[in-house]
Amino acid sequence: MNIKISALQFAREVKSGNISAEDFIAKTIEQIKNVDDKLHAFLSLNNDAIEQAKNIDKKIKSGKKVGQCLGMPISIKDNICIKDTKTTCASKMLEDFIAPYDATVITKLKQQDAIFIGKVNLDEFAMGLTTEFSAYGPSKNPWNTDYVPGGSSGGSAVSVSAFECVASLGSDTGGSVRNPASFCSTVGYKPTYGLISRYGLISYANSIEQIGPLTRTVEDAAFMLNLITGIDPYDNTTVDNHGEDYLKDIDSGIEGKKIGIIKEMIGDGIDPSVLSATKDAISKLEGLGATCEEISLDMVKYSVAAYYTITATEAGSNLARYDNLRYGYDFSVEGYEFNSYIEKARKKFGPEVTRRMILGGFVPSAGHAGKYFLKALKVKNKLTRQIDEAFKKFDLLVSPTVPILPFKIGEKIDDPIALFLVDINTVTANLTGKPAISIPYAISNGLPIGIQLIANSMDDKLLLQAAHALEKTVKLPEVPI
Amino acid sequence: MTKIGLEIHCQLTKLESKLFCPCKANYREFKPNTNICPICMGLPGSLPRLNQKAVEKATIIAMALNCSTPEKIAFFRKNYFYPDLPKNFQITQLNVYGDTSVGGKGTLMVGDKKIRITRIQLEEDPGRLIYEGSSEKNQITLVDYNRAGTPLVEIVTEPDFENPKEVREFLNILSDLLENLDVSDPSLEGAMRADANVSIEGGNKVEIKNIGSFHDLEKAVHFEITRQQSLHSRNIPIIQETRHWDDKRKITVSSRSKEEDMDYRYFLEGDIPWLRISSDIKEKLKSEMPESISSKKQRYISDYDIPSQVADVLSSDKFYSDLFEESHTKENAREVANIITTDLMGFVDTREKRDSSKLKPYHLKDIADSIQSGKIARNSAKNALYEIVKTGKDLSDIISKLELGNISDESELTLIIKSVISEEPQAVEQTKSNPQTINYLVGKVMQKTKGKADPKLTLDLLKKQIQ
Repeated sequence: MNIKISALQFAREVKSGNISAEDFIAKTIEQIKNVDDKLHAFLSLNNDAIEQAKNIDKKIKSGKKVGQCLGMPISIKDNICIKDTKTTCASKMLEDFIAPYDATVITKLKQQDAIFIGKVNLDEFAMGLTTEFSAYGPSKNPWNTDYVPGGSSGGSAVSVSAFECVASLGSDTGGSVRNPASFCSTVGYKPTYGLISRYGLISYANSIEQIGPLTRTVEDAAFMLNLITGIDPYDNTTVDNHGEDYLKDIDSGIEGKKIGIIKEMIGDGIDPSVLSATKDAISKLEGLGATCEEISLDMVKYSVAAYYTITATEAGSNLARYDNLRYGYDFSVEGYEFNSYIEKARKKFGPEVTRRMILGGFVPSAGHAGKYFLKALKVKNKLTRQIDEAFKKFDLLVSPTVPILPFKIGEKIDDPIALFLVDINTVTANLTGKPAISIPYAISNGLPIGIQLIANSMDDKLLLQAAHALEKTVKLPEVPI
Repeated sequence: MTKIGLEIHCQLTKLESKLFCPCKANYREFKPNTNICPICMGLPGSLPRLNQKAVEKATIIAMALNCSTPEKIAFFRKNYFYPDLPKNFQITQLNVYGDTSVGGKGTLMVGDKKIRITRIQLEEDPGRLIYEGSSEKNQITLVDYNRAGTPLVEIVTEPDFENPKEVREFLNILSDLLENLDVSDPSLEGAMRADANVSIEGGNKVEIKNIGSFHDLEKAVHFEITRQQSLHSRNIPIIQETRHWDDKRKITVSSRSKEEDMDYRYFLEGDIPWLRISSDIKEKLKSEMPESISSKKQRYISDYDIPSQVADVLSSDKFYSDLFEESHTKENAREVANIITTDLMGFVDTREKRDSSKLKPYHLKDIADSIQSGKIARNSAKNALYEIVKTGKDLSDIISKLELGNISDESELTLIIKSVISEEPQAVEQTKSNPQTINYLVGKVMQKTKGKADPKLTLDLLKKQIQ
């Protein structure tokens, strides 16, 4: 049986009876057993997966109504809550935390008969872009295991890329879906802010992050979005998409569309192979009937600084609840005074989380907020105005997802500033709430390059149509595992 | 000049659920840590879900206190670590970056004095800490999160009070107002709390926290003024600080923690979008607002000729005014008001007694009508009322059971009157020169009948017998 198929193919095959959910799940588990020792995508596995698949097969055979996922194996980033399942955020702080409830996306996928094959690796609390900051060890890039898979949804990208699942859910705060998608040659999509409920996603920087799918194809991403989008009474920031079907008319193409090439995202420090792939993509887009033109968004220069200031502030607040009093790991409060207890308990945070918490205590503090946090908010507002202005002229914006190629594990881990700059092309979509997608575009020296498209708020359908059109022009080798 | 300002916290106890989750706002009947859910416990991944009703109630309070109400409101995070705070931040409101809390500047009249309201904000109550164990060494802290997330309205005043008496009067008026608005039951333990800041001429501002009741607040303010005056008279500077009210020793004590140095790192709560409160919504809320206490009072005076003082008592207490509204008629209004403010008040003077009272509005109507028609004497009516509050039985049952009905049988009453006349020849004689003496004889008849003689009939019969 071929497990190297897309989500839509899987659904068709199971529906037509060509394959059973049970066989596919069994094969997928076998694949995980074969490759995951090397890749370390998974933090925990679902031991009931086979049983669940059997039940779905039974439902199909007896002609009962079955959800659209039909037993599809989906991996879930370990910062999204699944009831009665360990949800660690790849942190020692939540080593023993078993979520007592389902995230809204999980509830929705359960209704569609998805099978959560396992929880996948990330940088601790989604802070990082290599998965090297996971407290349980890094994931490896399936294209070359000496290289980082990107992050923070590294486990998601690896599991999709290495056929350990059909699709995955990650979360994207500053590129955490798109960056690993680019590094591992999968599709990674961050929808418009509010399109997918964040209820049950463990917050890092709640005002800008979104759950997003990592898939083999753009169509699969649209399929996933259809299943998990919608207003959620449990998340007041969700927006109404009026029941949009994102798969319908996905073949519409981009004839006559205007596309802006963001100058600041192809400038200094860009890898030559990434630049040439980007130029190639631009000519392909033009070949598809779009017109492309350069545009300058000068606030992009400050976007990374603003991004880290805002995310650190929100993280400092969002992660304050981890004082180990109500849940967490085994460490008795007996004999401790409150402050000394939490000080000790919170030592379980890893180095990157600690770094950002310290930053988050400083930048919004009285006497410093004006110089840092409030200034960052100004950049965010100005950047939003600039990009809104750009969308008056353009339908879409294009850039490489990451300006450089994947790098070796350990290469940049001790240089936080160098790491921060890798985010330059992805944070803009988060700071402005715009939808963005990364699609696999090229391979250079055996390492993947992704192209990013950005659309205006709620133009997710157009974004997916354009990405689908560009994707069809690309033929890439299979991942060498 | 002494200046006192207040920060009053009032729980919206009349709401069904907490501010950000479906748990009960009335947490008091639950065993510790059973009125909780992932949201109010701040579990990883949970998000606040704003209770729109709480916003409405808070807006009503703002309007009743004549505050400005902004078009859009926002919530902020106040970040600090404390064991009663499940998220280690409190979701509250802030006006530093523009007026975005439910209420801006307003006023409340206390007699002839205008007290300025600085702002009104909606926020979540933390959990409750319970200290157990005797000595410092053995002390343990228990945390009960049942209260965490209860909707709380903070009302901040300008330092417009000059003495503890004004503070007390203000708090009485405010708590009557909140009760009348049907947003809160101030008699519930912990439903209303207040902090005060106090300064005297030439001294710094001192904040007093941890005051358990309004009664103690007055004492705390009084103590603090005396303390500051004593320092001042000895030329010792009054430092700006936070002091805690020591409930056992009835004094204020300097806080060990430097709360004025706390940096709360306020920033916008991104999980709750800005909320627009349109003028249509405000108009609707205004139209649904219960009649104000002062309007009720005015109406009682002008419509029913109820004396001002009685109208005052009646209108300012929601329990009484609700009873009055449902039981009175144009004819018996004065009588009903009278029964409530003279007799009933003594029977239901505590929260517990009110809760257990079986009295229904129709009872009051029956009593008032019976008094007016002479079926029952005032004295007996009081006894009957007492029975009704206890048992909830109908007035007619109680009259027959306790034999409270008036003696209005002419022959029976004539017999009694005859015996009084024979026992009081002197008084009978005096009535000829001083007609007022007849009242003395009526009194004697009342004595003999234990107040059950119909007074009007007695007078008529007496006159007839003497002539």
